Amino acid sequence: MGITTPDWRYAVFAVAFALLSAAACAKPFVPPSDAVVLERLPEKNDPALAELKRMRARLTTNPRDLDAAVAVARRALEAARALGDPRYLGQAQAALAPWWTREDVPSVALLLRATLEQSQHDFAGSLVDLDRLLAANPTMSQARLTRATVLTVVGRYADARLDCAELTGKVAPVVVIGCEAAPASLSGHAALAYGALVQALGRPGAGAGVREWALTLAAEIAARRGDAAAGERHFREALTLDPRDAYLKGAYADFLLDCDRPREVLPLLHDDTRNDTLLLRLALAEQRLPDRRETFAAHRDDLAARFEAARRRGDSLHRREEARFRLAIENDARAALTLARDNWAVQREPADLRILVEAARATGNADALKIATDWVAAHHLEDALIVAQLERPR
Amino acid sequence: MTHRLATGAAAMTRIALLLACALLTAPAFAHKASDAYLTIERDGQSLRGQWDIALRDLDNALGLDANADGDITWGEVRSRQADIGAYAISRLQVSSGGERCSLTPTAYLIDTHTDGAYAVMTFTGACPRPGPTLALDYRLFEGLDPQHRGLLNFVENGQSRSVVFSADSPHRIVGGDSSGPLRQFATYLNEGVWHIWTGFDHILFLLSLLLPAVLMRHRDQWQPGPSFRASFIDVAKVVTAFTLAHSITLSLAALSIVVLPSRLVESGIALSVVLASLNNVFPVVANGRWIAAFGFGLLHGFGFAGALHDLGLPAGSLALSLAGFNLGVEAGQLAIVLLFLPLAFALRSTWAYRRMVFAGGSVAIAMVASVWLVERAFNVGVFGALAAR
Repeated sequence: MGITTPDWRYAVFAVAFALLSAAACAKPFVPPSDAVVLERLPEKNDPALAELKRMRARLTTNPRDLDAAVAVARRALEAARALGDPRYLGQAQAALAPWWTREDVPSVALLLRATLEQSQHDFAGSLVDLDRLLAANPTMSQARLTRATVLTVVGRYADARLDCAELTGKVAPVVVIGCEAAPASLSGHAALAYGALVQALGRPGAGAGVREWALTLAAEIAARRGDAAAGERHFREALTLDPRDAYLKGAYADFLLDCDRPREVLPLLHDDTRNDTLLLRLALAEQRLPDRRETFAAHRDDLAARFEAARRRGDSLHRREEARFRLAIENDARAALTLARDNWAVQREPADLRILVEAARATGNADALKIATDWVAAHHLEDALIVAQLERPR
Repeated sequence: MTHRLATGAAAMTRIALLLACALLTAPAFAHKASDAYLTIERDGQSLRGQWDIALRDLDNALGLDANADGDITWGEVRSRQADIGAYAISRLQVSSGGERCSLTPTAYLIDTHTDGAYAVMTFTGACPRPGPTLALDYRLFEGLDPQHRGLLNFVENGQSRSVVFSADSPHRIVGGDSSGPLRQFATYLNEGVWHIWTGFDHILFLLSLLLPAVLMRHRDQWQPGPSFRASFIDVAKVVTAFTLAHSITLSLAALSIVVLPSRLVESGIALSVVLASLNNVFPVVANGRWIAAFGFGLLHGFGFAGALHDLGLPAGSLALSLAGFNLGVEAGQLAIVLLFLPLAFALRSTWAYRRMVFAGGSVAIAMVASVWLVERAFNVGVFGALAAR
């Protein structure tokens, strides 16, 4: 089911849009004719989004229909994830509005609220809701899986693994093993976690969605362990299952950049310039390619404008990405360090630690380096690039 | 992935897990969430503004894509201009001096921002009352997108200030920090006077306590007061106690040191009026009315603070503006006393004063205030507009 289907017409539109964006500083204008297409709606080539729009229209006639609201919120959350477009998070929240602030939230709405909170990096709020949900429904597998994810993101690996263990026998084995592999691989058990994951992937039965997720996870663990060949293999297989997954594309682009293969990033991401995180990777690749100087400059300016727009609205979802942008593209290490530290206070994935270390090294900030060294030591983090950076003499 | 979004009860467990798996990979955020860019320039009582609203968001609210082909053309936007203007304007309330300014769209254009094409609406505004500040209530896309933000750039006297509206903070106060301190003080003084003169509950409370000041209680009967001096002293005691009390709580509340829920405060004020007026008909407290004036005055101070909150205090000259407002309240109150005392003193021996003004007036006040009490305590409208303060 296509979320977006880029075609040549979209390409024409994208060019027109880029031209218009370039003229963004220009004054507001009156378009020359009624036929001018000003905006292409995301649902144009996407039946799933078109259906979401119809479901939302139906929901407005009876906004207190919990089943309909939950269906809308689920689909909107899925669209937000697939496209990386936070406008759908707003739609999901709006659908759940009648239950959003109620004390007696129905479980199904509470779970979606926790998921939304996670998406907005309100991890503390998300955990409060998930704790409450699991206290009342200890066997609710999805809540447990979501809590394991949130606990992993904030670096509470032991707690996350307890939740994953609880899933045994209740969900498909590959889901249990994947759930467990994420926190285990970040707390000194990368080899075991990777082995178990590869073994589970060898057995048939998992659906394409689960398989793609598990392959992405395996690729990331392999890359962190310094096994580029295995990482490449898993990423490629995952991409055959869903070539449009924005998270997967971003992870693979990072892998290619780390392997010093920037030219391969171009075909991977050239249709994704509306997605900030993917545009950043594209710009990082173009920066290293002398023949891409012009597109690099345009993308750099575009990114600067988008970070500024996010800053104006008080958004802090982009701090990790913005820190990378400031450090690698704008050479503003001090700004990068501030962003990286603020980001580290909220989320603690390897990528968050990585930018913290890079910014700390660039500014020579011993304090931030110590935070990173202590973290790696305390959790036995196995991430070849981070460890190498920390060990390299300053 | 085709079945990731499948529906149906049998697939539910499986989907629940698939969804969670999808979300196990942390979301890679990406585009911008919904923002609208609002500029308002103020020059005295007239406003000029520009509002940039994403076409995607307008489509979400109004359905701009008339032929449902997934493309929004200029023709589709142009034919809905009036709807766009009416929709947006109805979700932005701008008030000056407690009264709403009228906003009128003047032109519709297009602009592009980092996340796509925006409708640009320019507008003018006219405020019926001048005021030190502008109170804004922003509700664009309320209920449709709780993540929407309104980014306001407010310009006055060549200075600009940024404010962000969200579903959690739709109400903001801007302006007032750019005029000189003297003008600032005068404006708030004026607002204080205006507030006491239009705040009938405060006036009725004060009158209830003042009505008996020109009389005296003798053998369970109301008699004319013996001298102007005695009446004057009685009035002075009541007014001073009331002033002192409400100044204390007004300051405490305006500086957010003590904050009480407004429903409690407003109900308490209504109750104070009921008790003060009933005390004239069935006397319990005869000579210690200044004590009641002090005690209830504390509550009335919180009420004044509520009015001041709606008006907003400029951050730069908080103390000065607060003092101006407070002195304005006192001046307004003093004017009422100066009008009341000689008149009441002259009429104090008449039957009309004692029976109609004093007794009849007190009963009438008690009745009106009882209705307020019910309205405010239970949040219902009994005589709606009449009771509006």
